[in-house]
Amino acid sequence: MISKSMRAIVAALVIGATAPALAAGDAPKPPAQNWSFKGPFGTFDRAELQRGYQVYKEVCAACHSMKYVAFRNLRDIGFSEAEVKALAATFEVTDGPNDAGDMFQRPGLPQDKFPSPFPNEKAARASNGGAYPLDLSLIAKARGHGYDGDGADYLRALLTGYQDAPAGFALGEGLSYNAYFPGHQIAMPKPLNEDQVTYADGTKATVEQMAHDVSAFLTWAAEPKLEERKRMGFKVIIFLLVLTGLFFAAKKRIWAKLH
Amino acid sequence: MADNTANSGFMNNPVVKWIEYRLPVFSTLDHMVGSQYPTPKNLSYWWNFGSLAGLCLVIQILTGIVLVMHYTPHTTLAFDSVEHIMRDVNYGWLLRYMHANGASMFFIVVYIHIFRGLYYGSYKSPREILWFLGLIIFLLMMATAFMGYVLPWGQMSFWGATVITNLFSAFPIVGEPIVTWLWGGFAVDNPTLNRFFSLHYLLPFVIVGIVILHVLALHQHGSNNPMGIDTKGPQDRIPFHPYYTIKDAFGVGVFLIFFALVLFYFPNVLGHPDNYVPANPLVTPAHIVPEWYFLPFYAILRSVPDKLGGVLLMFGAILILFLLPWLDTSKVRSAKFRPIYKQLFWVFVLVCALLTWAGGKPAEGYYLIVARFCTAYYFLHLLVLMPLVGWFEKPLKLPSSISEPVLASDKA
Repeated sequence: MISKSMRAIVAALVIGATAPALAAGDAPKPPAQNWSFKGPFGTFDRAELQRGYQVYKEVCAACHSMKYVAFRNLRDIGFSEAEVKALAATFEVTDGPNDAGDMFQRPGLPQDKFPSPFPNEKAARASNGGAYPLDLSLIAKARGHGYDGDGADYLRALLTGYQDAPAGFALGEGLSYNAYFPGHQIAMPKPLNEDQVTYADGTKATVEQMAHDVSAFLTWAAEPKLEERKRMGFKVIIFLLVLTGLFFAAKKRIWAKLH
Repeated sequence: MADNTANSGFMNNPVVKWIEYRLPVFSTLDHMVGSQYPTPKNLSYWWNFGSLAGLCLVIQILTGIVLVMHYTPHTTLAFDSVEHIMRDVNYGWLLRYMHANGASMFFIVVYIHIFRGLYYGSYKSPREILWFLGLIIFLLMMATAFMGYVLPWGQMSFWGATVITNLFSAFPIVGEPIVTWLWGGFAVDNPTLNRFFSLHYLLPFVIVGIVILHVLALHQHGSNNPMGIDTKGPQDRIPFHPYYTIKDAFGVGVFLIFFALVLFYFPNVLGHPDNYVPANPLVTPAHIVPEWYFLPFYAILRSVPDKLGGVLLMFGAILILFLLPWLDTSKVRSAKFRPIYKQLFWVFVLVCALLTWAGGKPAEGYYLIVARFCTAYYFLHLLVLMPLVGWFEKPLKLPSSISEPVLASDKA
């Protein structure tokens, strides 16, 4: 009896260690991409982010908000001040109340946050068959585990993961099959199709290309200080290495007096 | 003391003398962490973690005070204000990542500090109250960290708060009223967030108070040491300054490098991705998990099928540590001279690590079996093995003084 339970315990320890892959669900692990922002010296590829912004603006923003990002933030991804002003002005935003007490529409300004496509969650659900298109400001961090690019890996895999449901798979009404979505049934219809956008820089707008670009853009949107953080980290660690070296030398010297 | 001369220049400075005559702040400091505080000469680097814990507390308080200047404790604004800190406040991202990861660093340091105490028997006479004060600090840290995690009002903030506060409902009769009282209403909502914010700001200063008592109790009999034997005379002791001030400074440097690596390159690895989703009372996350430093206790909680039983066992897992000075029946402090306890100590460390791992997994299948086995072993170790080993183990011969083996190893 005892040896039986001991065997069960040992087996539990061994199998438990190998089980996480099963517990993570039936969605396959998204393939890791070689993002430019990975690694200790990673930086954003400005051209990639600008293409990604175009995909976001022309495709995603039809349903998804991005309420924590302002037009002025686009300076960070390489747009000039004049470009940002012109871009913001193409949007209408609600402001007010004015002196008469009325809300009014005016052209967007650089300090405005990206306007949301729907006034509230109820309106968003009503237009999307009951599903709520999430705010995308932080989606790259909300879908990763904190490692460089894992959120972007998932988003890129998801955007390219639409396929026909396997035979026998009972797909719910109005849902699409996606290889990488947990449970495989996603309310968002396949958003990207070949040549859906026309890139200004002449890049061919394949589904993979657009998915890649917009995933990089979403990573920037979620963590705009990534470059500053890594640059500062390098300087801080160099400083600390020197400081700690000095402390170590001083420690050796002071303790040498003891003997 | 041989090193009085090191400070004599400073103490003879006329300004210092003028102040010292009216307020003995310099001599007090010198007695606390200076040349007038005699310390065992053989402290290893495991003794660095006390000062590191103090540093962590200071980092948390300083970053926290600045974060509060930009944070808004309201359910409709808290998440937005944290994003405002991350995006718009100058170096706000740095402050918030320091504070969030600083909490993890604090727990890493304190866990090592506690396990060091367990290995070297630092809780034994005459340091029982020192040990109690440390455990009180640990409990206060847990309360503070838990409430701090609620403040960003993300999904895990909300659901973590809901699960943990609901634990109190397990108590018969008084349970439900206690939960309503904790929440300030009938669900985790704005009153809950507000009181957690208030207490999250208050408790660190309570911790500072207990830390002062902890240091006071430490100074009564001085630090324990890797030999676990008392210092026998001046030949066993060296002044804290400059020997341990510089050794601690070196430890601080190493610690800060580790902290910086996490802070600048993996700032979100120790957090949960769901906390980048605003709190939504209508959507329950697939797996509600607390921060990593609560996972061993979470594993104990979930390993009991009965809710009240789980709650009692979880609190018991910490409270039982208060009995350690009596559960450990061995007169020998350091595991160095306890061949059997030494082995059991490392098994215990492994079991605690397994509990941490199991706490992060769903409470089902093999995870649950591991959690239950480890929970049982946790209590077996403390309640049964510790007293028995103390009685039956034959310890190695203790050296007659700290200097004896130190000098012997010098000759070698």
